[in-house]
Amino acid sequence: MNVQASVTQAGAREVVLSAEDLHTWFELKRWGMLRIGHVRAVDGVDFALERGETVAFVGESGCGKSSLARTLLGLHKPTRGRVIFEGQDLGALDAAGWRAHRARVGYVQQDPYGALAPFMDVRRILAEPLIVNGVNDAAERDRRIRAALEEVRLLPVEEFLGKFPHMLSGGQQQRVVIARALILAPTLVIADEPVSMLDASVRVEILRLLRDLQRARNLTLAFITHDLSTVRYFAERIFVMYAGRIIEQASVDALLDTPLHPYTRALLAAIPDPDPDNATHYKEIPGGEPPSLLSPPPGCRFHPRCPVAIAGRCEREDPPETTLADGHRVACWLHVGGEGA
Amino acid sequence: MSALADGLVQLRRYPSAVAGIAIIAALLAVAAWAVIAIPYGSALELWRGGAQWQQHPVNARPAWVNWFRASSLPATQRVASDPATVEVEEYPGARRLVIPIELDYDHREFPSELNVFVDAAYLELEPFLRMTWHTPDGRAIPLGGRRVSRDERISISQDLALERRLGALPHVALFADPAVEGRPRALPGRYRLEIEAVVFEPESTLGATLVSYGRVHGLAGTDHQRRDLLVALLWGTPVALAFGLIAAVGTTLTTLFIAAAGVWFGGWLDAFIQRITEVNMILPVLPILVMVGTLYSTSIWLMLGVVVAFGIFSASIKMYRAMLLPIREAPYIEAARAYGVGNTRMILRYMIPRILPVLIPGFVTLIPSFVFLEASLAVLGLGDPELPTWGKVMNDAQSESALYHGYYYWVVGPAVLLMLTGLGFAMLGFALDRIFNPRLRMI
Repeated sequence: MNVQASVTQAGAREVVLSAEDLHTWFELKRWGMLRIGHVRAVDGVDFALERGETVAFVGESGCGKSSLARTLLGLHKPTRGRVIFEGQDLGALDAAGWRAHRARVGYVQQDPYGALAPFMDVRRILAEPLIVNGVNDAAERDRRIRAALEEVRLLPVEEFLGKFPHMLSGGQQQRVVIARALILAPTLVIADEPVSMLDASVRVEILRLLRDLQRARNLTLAFITHDLSTVRYFAERIFVMYAGRIIEQASVDALLDTPLHPYTRALLAAIPDPDPDNATHYKEIPGGEPPSLLSPPPGCRFHPRCPVAIAGRCEREDPPETTLADGHRVACWLHVGGEGA
Repeated sequence: MSALADGLVQLRRYPSAVAGIAIIAALLAVAAWAVIAIPYGSALELWRGGAQWQQHPVNARPAWVNWFRASSLPATQRVASDPATVEVEEYPGARRLVIPIELDYDHREFPSELNVFVDAAYLELEPFLRMTWHTPDGRAIPLGGRRVSRDERISISQDLALERRLGALPHVALFADPAVEGRPRALPGRYRLEIEAVVFEPESTLGATLVSYGRVHGLAGTDHQRRDLLVALLWGTPVALAFGLIAAVGTTLTTLFIAAAGVWFGGWLDAFIQRITEVNMILPVLPILVMVGTLYSTSIWLMLGVVVAFGIFSASIKMYRAMLLPIREAPYIEAARAYGVGNTRMILRYMIPRILPVLIPGFVTLIPSFVFLEASLAVLGLGDPELPTWGKVMNDAQSESALYHGYYYWVVGPAVLLMLTGLGFAMLGFALDRIFNPRLRMI
């Protein structure tokens, strides 16, 4: 199944996970009790992920991508809004329901060495999720551990079972992390910058492995990154986040060919391009920094940096999300009513 | 636990660690041997009972002092009468027995005491006896006569009439060499005690044992109550090691768990633990222990309980908390939460094992500090009333002014054992510190 084919089938696919008006705020306290405000890490996000789809959340550091991932995993409680996973509202789950949910969602972290307990060997690392999720038969665990290691191509399996994380290379560590994320046979895998801490030489291998696994198991893969250049070869849809919100979502081709939001354009312009002519050009990139999530600017959150901001409108009113052709959605005053595109 | 296993293998490379392990192994062997050879009940009896004490001299030095002396000090000699050598003469209504007891004495120093233990069998009429002391140079000194009952100790040394008659302490006068002028010296040779007894019943028998108490006894000497100090030194070893180990394990494990629980749950629980710790840190533990010992009980197990109770919320909680706080935020903990690890498992299997290797050296050096605490309490008079411990021996030595009287061995024995304990664990602990905290190796 290639990417093109899956896109054409997109309409028929079942929704695995959807977020509705999702907010995750962190309370800021002084002296342990006085509330002095909130960090609005995720501030009103709507999207839906379909089965077997690979999506990418992109945005610069501090835009709320990781907080969103943790909220989907159940590590943070949403302040407002709902997450619906396989038809079930996560807010309504009891303890047993949460355990079942956690088995259905895999998590691949950014720093593979930190993600592995240094005092456990590979066998133990992979056994832990099984033990915690009620696989009590040791032979069954052993079988699944070996199968998982084979799947991430840590071969021969025997050689890796007894190794501790510090004996493995970065790529091998990340393969163990991926094996751990897959060992409970999840339907959704959230990968938070899975290759950003790896050597450039290993990145492609890990990305290919993730893509192969996603295809083999028909996984829904949510891929969080700040690196648009890897996304192009990997994801079907892209969500661009800025200051806790999704400002633009579209299929990869649509977004990369016709970016609508000024921020997306800026992001794309910032991708390094190995063209010698660049030495003589100067790229137009908006200055400034992402806004404080404690007190985001009124109106459109990008307006202080936006080169094409509409005075009198962008700094006052929040732009509504506009849906254009082919499910291309953007939150920008320039595109309200389909004008401007 | 690879870090742990690796570290323990590395110990071979440190001579001090090997020496420390050897000392600890020796102490453990002594402790095991003491518990097996002298069971708890008989240890208590040897230390607190009375029967055996009569056979020991008072304040005798250890036997090894003779290695450093020109004239050797005598050890205790016991000679029992031999029924085969008894002469019997029949009279109407009575029998006359002549019982010889021969003592080979080859020291120039005097014994510390001379006693005769008489074992008489009769129904109603008590036997009568008269004793004569024959010296190797042929003098015969009458020791007087008396009636005796069934188990009687005739203390020749404490016979004041005899002392007046001889003009010196009996056990000195009876052994003195008449040829020596000035300071008296004992005359070596074969002494004979002749007991002339008259028994009045046909079934009556009479036996006797002559005990010449020595001035040296065993490996450790005796104290003012004739107790063999070796019993206390041997039995003090398992008591000290058990106290140190239980206290160290008890405080370290509970402290670690409480610190980890506080860090993991955070919030009011963490704040509560911190406040309790801060209050506990300023409480003076030693005066409280003295108070408990004075007002309630000085049982060693109660003391152990109080020590552990006060040790739980100690300053180590602050240290463990500081070490655990960054671990709580580690990505592997987040991953574990994502696959559903519960609170207890998280604390026991994910947080505590992470800092365990770093804590092992501190744990090893903590053991002797509790041993010392127990000894200090005993020296302060708060030792266990029943068990023989090193601290109790030192407490007795102090209250009997041992050093003023020159009984240095009374203090040296327990002190050397305490120092060996400290040394052994310290050498092992410092080596472990270098292995598990590699940054120290630079220094």
